Amino acid sequence: MTPPGTTRSGARPGRPFVSLAAERAMEAAIRLSGISAIVFVLAIFFFIFREAAPVLFSDEFKPLEFLFSVQWYPTSVVDIRYGTLALTAGTVGVTLVAMLLAVPFGLGAAIFVSEFCGRRLRETLKIVIEILAAIPSVVWGFVALTVISRLMVSYTSAPVGVNMLNGGIVLALMSVPIIVSIGEDALKAVPDSYREAALAMGATRWQLVVRVLLPAARNGLLAAVLLGVGRAVGETMAVLMATGHAVQIPHGLLDSVRTLTANIAAELGEAPAGSAHYRVLFLTGIQLFILTFVVNLAADLAIRGVRRK
Amino acid sequence: MHEPLRPGAPARHDGGRPFAHTSFGRRKVRQEAAARAVFLAMTLLMVAPLVAIVSHLVIEAWPALSLEFLLDIPRERMTTGGIWPAFVGTIYLVVISLAVAAPIGVLAAVYLNEYAKDSWFNRVISLAVINLAGVPSIVHALFGLGAFVYAARFGFSVAAASLTLAIMTLPVIIASTREALSAVPMSFREACWNVGATRWQTIRGVVLPNSTSGILTGIILQVSRAAGETAPIMFTGAVLYKAVERGTLLPYYLDDQCMALSMHLYVLTTQVPNVAPAIPYATAVVLLGSVLLVNGSAIGLRIWLRNRKRW
Amino acid sequence: MTAAAAPRAKIEVEDLRLSYGHREAIHGISFEVMANEILGVIGPAQSGKTSLLRCLNRTIDFVAGAHVSGTIRVDGEDVRAMRDVFELRRRVGMVAPLPVGLPMSIYDNVAFAPRCAGLRAKGDLDAIVERCLRQAALWDEVKDRLGSLGTKLSGGQQQRLTIARALSHQPDILCLDEFSIAIDPVTTMRIEDVLKELKRDVTIILVTNLTQQARRLADRTMFLMAGDLVEIGRNEVVFSDRPARQQTYDYINGLFG
Repeated sequence: MTPPGTTRSGARPGRPFVSLAAERAMEAAIRLSGISAIVFVLAIFFFIFREAAPVLFSDEFKPLEFLFSVQWYPTSVVDIRYGTLALTAGTVGVTLVAMLLAVPFGLGAAIFVSEFCGRRLRETLKIVIEILAAIPSVVWGFVALTVISRLMVSYTSAPVGVNMLNGGIVLALMSVPIIVSIGEDALKAVPDSYREAALAMGATRWQLVVRVLLPAARNGLLAAVLLGVGRAVGETMAVLMATGHAVQIPHGLLDSVRTLTANIAAELGEAPAGSAHYRVLFLTGIQLFILTFVVNLAADLAIRGVRRK
Repeated sequence: MHEPLRPGAPARHDGGRPFAHTSFGRRKVRQEAAARAVFLAMTLLMVAPLVAIVSHLVIEAWPALSLEFLLDIPRERMTTGGIWPAFVGTIYLVVISLAVAAPIGVLAAVYLNEYAKDSWFNRVISLAVINLAGVPSIVHALFGLGAFVYAARFGFSVAAASLTLAIMTLPVIIASTREALSAVPMSFREACWNVGATRWQTIRGVVLPNSTSGILTGIILQVSRAAGETAPIMFTGAVLYKAVERGTLLPYYLDDQCMALSMHLYVLTTQVPNVAPAIPYATAVVLLGSVLLVNGSAIGLRIWLRNRKRW
Repeated sequence: MTAAAAPRAKIEVEDLRLSYGHREAIHGISFEVMANEILGVIGPAQSGKTSLLRCLNRTIDFVAGAHVSGTIRVDGEDVRAMRDVFELRRRVGMVAPLPVGLPMSIYDNVAFAPRCAGLRAKGDLDAIVERCLRQAALWDEVKDRLGSLGTKLSGGQQQRLTIARALSHQPDILCLDEFSIAIDPVTTMRIEDVLKELKRDVTIILVTNLTQQARRLADRTMFLMAGDLVEIGRNEVVFSDRPARQQTYDYINGLFG
């Protein structure tokens, strides 16, 4: 074969064998990391399932009772029962209260930041939102136990400051940043031509928002709300400290409840490793997994709907 | 909108709003102002609690806040004294967990984005990352307990707690690194391949240097997340109390249990009676302040990177 | 008649087929490229012109789902059997349609390929950078600011930078894929002059959608349409009133796009 490039001056630079080997090594390390990361990520699902499996597949396990009974007596001496309905109701109740507060204010703030706001104010507000989002959940729990609890006792008829309302307020404050930032993205994604057309027809900004922007951005706004819900459902420490400890279906805002997440945190320390109680807690962990998976999937589908437009 | 003045025409007195004198125009202007006011109020209602809470925390914490508070150890059954073991414990946990998660996460993202882009791997990981991003922190605690404390036999230890935090931050690091890598246009890679560069030479020469800032931002944000989490460490290695000398820099071994700021706040609030009231507030302020400092540097990095755009 | 053997073609393509998944993009074409000639490649969009170039330097390997069969030989060596594909890519320079300045200094842009090949000595790199920038008719404009970012140059300058980059690894073969699409006519003319100079040392394949450009620059021209090789021959024939195929005449004279 004719050596290439010899018609011109200067020999071709050769590739030292060492650097070639070093490169192969680097590419191997990258592949190894990629695969091990996948393994670790999948390991989470695997392990939780493994710990829960003996109970899940045992003969005594009754799924209907597990899901729909309110009787949760894991440490009873005479009659152990594992019904999670009260816990699920606690989760749902607290999340509902939180969303009733967070969605209007969050969407309202998103609309303000996106449509009514000058550039300076927008930058400031975005920083405020990032700060809100960064506050650790245990600090929120602390605030719930001290500040909100005291206000609750002073201003309402609640005997104790920790209850569903307290949890709802705290969760609302924690979910608002997500709703605002994703909601704002959704509104920004609406083409300017919509706005120009509406304003050209003489619409006020209010009409523009309600009649044009909200419908146009509804998939993204739905995703924002769903992600806020996901945040609320998955929260552990703040609700642990804010909602009281009663395992019961709440009948009023001022009732004490316990969520699925707080329940695990409260009882895991006392459940002996490998015991049925321990494994059932893992089972509720799977419940939480499924719950947050469904919510996140819904949010993802909503966002996908936006992209397809 | 302003209309151009015709020569000789009188100046306008209506501020360029030709219909402002009609009742219809007035109503619209009022509606507009009302709408703005409503949304502004909603925003303030969200902002005000934050300001109120942070100020309240700082005010209540003020008597106890000092350098001494940071360096001293808890005394008198934790009713007075400082938070040093918890502060240094958090630093331990965060540093070790990021030392594990960051390299693996970044390299894994490089693999997924540069080597395996169209493979089923990528889709599985994307799905898994979406899932894990929303997983409750208590589920990470369950995993850490089952996998590291028991199965791997690390017991309740700094090692188990750090690894739990590492697995918690890994998916998000992979996702944010992948995003930073995808921001580098494909045309750069093709230009490198055309001159005979290998995949790794292309990554090292063009892709990584131009996504470093984005990658670092993602990692820094996970630092603050790891520092603030309680549940994953509560069941894997963080404890109520551990005897430590005041101001020691390296008080824990990998198989020791440790204290941590987030755990300490939880414990002081729920399990220690008769604490001097300023102390939990001061602990909260230190934790919050550290987290905000770290996040602030990530934001600063993001702004700096925006100004340094190289294409 | 002398007993000298006919000169070996620089590039030999035999029955090349390329499919992307189920769609066949190139339907078994065969041709040769002689050393030190400029081969023009013309044809409407989606004819397989770019795909052909990608097969030549094997960047087709990066396209998922692409399947190649047939043979391409460079200097008698089958490119698909070559162990060191990076060596192949250094022998074949490639200039893409859209100008690409890498996000690094102009100096580093041109020094990138030699560095990848293992060359480190500053003196050698300096020489290569100057030589290639001169060859690409860019030296005078940038010689005082070799440290500035390659991405900040104008489109025409970036395209010349790309050519300098393509020359930096001393290729025997230079492929240009519609290089003038995104640049101004003046720069196009300057680059055409560069190509006429380069022809002495390098074999050039010039893919272009401007038939007149092929007429100006090429020795022979190949007309591809929808993955088929319609005609290949000397410019005097292809661009005459009676090329070998009626389709060629129709395309060149704008009877279809």
